[in-house]
Amino acid sequence: MAESITYVRDRFIDAEKPPASDSSVIAWLHRNLFASVTDSAMTIVAILAIVWYLPAAINWLFVSAVWTGADRTACLTTDQGGQLPAGWSGACWAYVNDRFVQFMFGSYPRGELWRPLLVVVMFVGLLIPFLMPKAPRKGLNALLLLIVFPIVSFFLLLGGTFGLRHVETSLWGGLMVTLIISFVGIVVSLPAGILLALGRRSQMPIMKTACIVFIELIRGVPLITVLFMASVLLPLFLEPGNNIDKFLRALIGVSIFASAYMAEVIRGGLQAIPKGQYEAADALGLNYFHKMTFVVLPQAIKLVIPGIVNTFIGMFKDTSLVTIISMYDLLGIVKASFGDSGWITPVTPLTGLIFAGFVFWIFCFGMSRYSAFVERRLDTSHTR
Amino acid sequence: MAKTIVTALVGAAVLGLGATAAQADTLSDVKAKGFVQCGVNGSNLAGFGAQDSSGNWAGLDVDLCKAVAAAVFGDATKVKFTPLSAKDRFPALQSGEIDLLARNTTWSVSRDSQLGFDFRAVNYYDGQGFMVKKELGVKSALELSGASVCVQSGTTTELNLADYFRSNNMDFKPVVFEAQDEADAAYNAGRCDAYTTDASGLYSIRLKMANADDHMVLPEIISKEPLGPAVRQNDSRWLDIVSWSHYAMVAAEEFGITTANVEEMKASANPDIKRFLGEEADSTIGADLGLPKDWAVQIIKAVGNYGESFERNVGEGSPLKIARGLNGLWTNGGLQYAPPVR
Repeated sequence: MAESITYVRDRFIDAEKPPASDSSVIAWLHRNLFASVTDSAMTIVAILAIVWYLPAAINWLFVSAVWTGADRTACLTTDQGGQLPAGWSGACWAYVNDRFVQFMFGSYPRGELWRPLLVVVMFVGLLIPFLMPKAPRKGLNALLLLIVFPIVSFFLLLGGTFGLRHVETSLWGGLMVTLIISFVGIVVSLPAGILLALGRRSQMPIMKTACIVFIELIRGVPLITVLFMASVLLPLFLEPGNNIDKFLRALIGVSIFASAYMAEVIRGGLQAIPKGQYEAADALGLNYFHKMTFVVLPQAIKLVIPGIVNTFIGMFKDTSLVTIISMYDLLGIVKASFGDSGWITPVTPLTGLIFAGFVFWIFCFGMSRYSAFVERRLDTSHTR
Repeated sequence: MAKTIVTALVGAAVLGLGATAAQADTLSDVKAKGFVQCGVNGSNLAGFGAQDSSGNWAGLDVDLCKAVAAAVFGDATKVKFTPLSAKDRFPALQSGEIDLLARNTTWSVSRDSQLGFDFRAVNYYDGQGFMVKKELGVKSALELSGASVCVQSGTTTELNLADYFRSNNMDFKPVVFEAQDEADAAYNAGRCDAYTTDASGLYSIRLKMANADDHMVLPEIISKEPLGPAVRQNDSRWLDIVSWSHYAMVAAEEFGITTANVEEMKASANPDIKRFLGEEADSTIGADLGLPKDWAVQIIKAVGNYGESFERNVGEGSPLKIARGLNGLWTNGGLQYAPPVR
């Protein structure tokens, strides 16, 4: 039998390499950067821009920068009264270094800084397992992070009880304020937004009208107006001395505002769920609560993750608006520090703004990457 | 428009509060709570109100707040600061959130009457000035015809600028910015020939310039900006205390009393000085004001006399290096003049 077969290949031929026009560096360049005249032109302009600006930026930010110093004279040239050569320009990181604690915690009493630091440790310790899908005990973790942590932080930061010194909110500032407002805004707005969105799509006329009025009223005014009303006009109508804390007013304003926007994002997801899903749930005999929590909302929220994160990122940056009611978030406290005659120099404002921008970027980029990760994980391939 | 509405609402609220304001007694409130709540400038005005890196407040206005605390409590640390923006400073005072507004606020008739505040002392005489590039070769604001001028919008500065050029039959091109920072940056970047704001602000922007020596401040001052502490209307006891806290600093400078020599000066042969420092047996000045007998001593120990405070915050002892000028004592050709202490 075997003799009759003249030739049998007993192993595969090695795969040929792809043609050079498809795999070499030149091919990659050709395909991605110089595919057409327009592409080539844009590539060249981009390269020129990088060559032109990047070394200058690196030089300004790192090479020429001043890293240590006690006051403004460290960042001044000889003709401005300092030590640096005439014509010098560079970042004044010494100023950020000197102000760092203030940028993080505002005027929080320096002897009590362990309290916000402890809050940060608790926050990070609870947030990281909360964000990791594989970490165990999600329910307990969520309870600790979303209910217990805010209450403990409240007493820890404000003090006045358990023998802790009272630290009024007017002393809070910097990144701490930015994060507190954002965290409260996020924790409140997501559930409140879901409830409002469900309310708006409900069959009950009073509930429906109330939700529509709330959402449209809040969305119809700028955040700056809400804050300004809460901070400037509200106290005029209250008895003197009965003021609600300004920080609390800002928190409420931001939370209400974020909830209204969140409601509309969630509603977009609810509307994208086919009617069949609702009917199927009804046919299975699920009640309203089960239908929503097991069938509709998981699909709807997955659909609108980009929108939700977009709202969170927007809100994180909107917290800077509290500056107009004289509360100092990160950006506000950086800008306020420009007025300190101890550090006033030509390069201080730019350095401070770059620092604030970088911190904001870290947080926003982190949120954005995490949302991309969640999207990939929840992706049940509806993609075509 | 928005401004008008806010003003109207504030005005309405003021009328509503009028009844309670008539019996207002800020001094008792302050004594009851144990500290003075003082509204100051939270941002961008070097030398008047700013925080250092450890969170301590410093500045000419801050010193006035400390002086009031020293006078009332004999302890300049019994003061809390509320940093305020230009917009929310007036409602903050009106609503009782603060006891005293010392935020480089210009004393004007409308603020004194319509807004329901009282002003009496002036702790800094400011005025609007111009800065130009030296290369323009301009030596006077009257030569600025046709110039482009960087200015902040919605301020009295902008209105004064238009009035000044119109009354001198000159043309100009306003380059208007919403925020002071933006106007500063635009002038620095060379977008306008001239820059205008209050003279104290011109000194502080010079510190932010890479090449300050290429620019000069023109001699003309085109407006009056008397900056002083404001309190709520119809509370003359508190107004007396705030005003005399400032006058005590000025009087101390006239008498030559400083932080360093205040103890020796108590033994001075000059009866005026002894009376001022509460050393005369029959001196009732402190008691008449509702203050301890040694109120002036406490002020001087805490913040020094007016000259010391000025030099430390905005004068030679600070990067601003503002000359005394209008803020010199009246005996030196300035406007700082304390009524007699007797």
